[in-house]
Amino acid sequence: MITIEHYLILSFIMFALGVAGVLTRRNALILLMSVELMLNAANLALLAFARFTGDQTGHILALFVMTVAAAEAAVGLALVLALFRKRGTVNVDEINSLKG
Amino acid sequence: MWESVFFWIFSVAAVALGVLVITFRNPVHSAMALIGNLFCVAALFALLDAHFLAAIQVLVYAGAIMVLFMFVIMLLNLKPDELGPARQNAAKITGGVLLGWIAIRLIMGFSGSGMEGAPEIDQNFGTIESTGRLIFNQYLLPFEVASVLLLAAILGSVSIAKKKLW
Repeated sequence: MITIEHYLILSFIMFALGVAGVLTRRNALILLMSVELMLNAANLALLAFARFTGDQTGHILALFVMTVAAAEAAVGLALVLALFRKRGTVNVDEINSLKG
Repeated sequence: MWESVFFWIFSVAAVALGVLVITFRNPVHSAMALIGNLFCVAALFALLDAHFLAAIQVLVYAGAIMVLFMFVIMLLNLKPDELGPARQNAAKITGGVLLGWIAIRLIMGFSGSGMEGAPEIDQNFGTIESTGRLIFNQYLLPFEVASVLLLAAILGSVSIAKKKLW
């Protein structure tokens, strides 16, 4: 029998993987992918709550999370592209000055 | 019965692929693992009776966003020596311990949700029709605001990534 706690624990584990990715990786592209992982974990929790309370409103919020994730990925990747053009690296440790 | 089987298959696969996303050195491999992870999560969405969201997950995430990632990865065309120095064992161990600690804290953070099993839901739950009814009645304004956000993101990303604006 699968209860809501199974889904929540899975969501927590995936969120923790995303946080660990953001904190330990230094490649900007993989940082963005880790953020996607975290957003997905949040969506999973939202849908689990929607299913186990029988209230469909959570689906709408998950839909908006996906919209924001798409916008975030587009702008984030454009930033990575612009940075690479300017500095020739995607290593976030080497990107350490505000002035171009 | 089958619900449990599929839950365990897809959740184990999702966690394994998630680990691969953050451990692969090459961003292309990471992106491939993330696509697999997104498919597993879409399957879990379907298990949660969110049929419309499962389809959107595959179309938007695995389809559109990951193609964008692959485009950028291949446009940058990073050489192996541009991926940065290999991580030291100390960093790997620190990352592993940190991951375990965060996961344990999160799991301990909630104790007993008090929800026993899934309630009965009507036939329409999670279909395009019921989701659409919610979006276009109760949540029409947020929906329109989301379209403005997407427009801003399009214009912003084009103007950021362009070499010369004028």
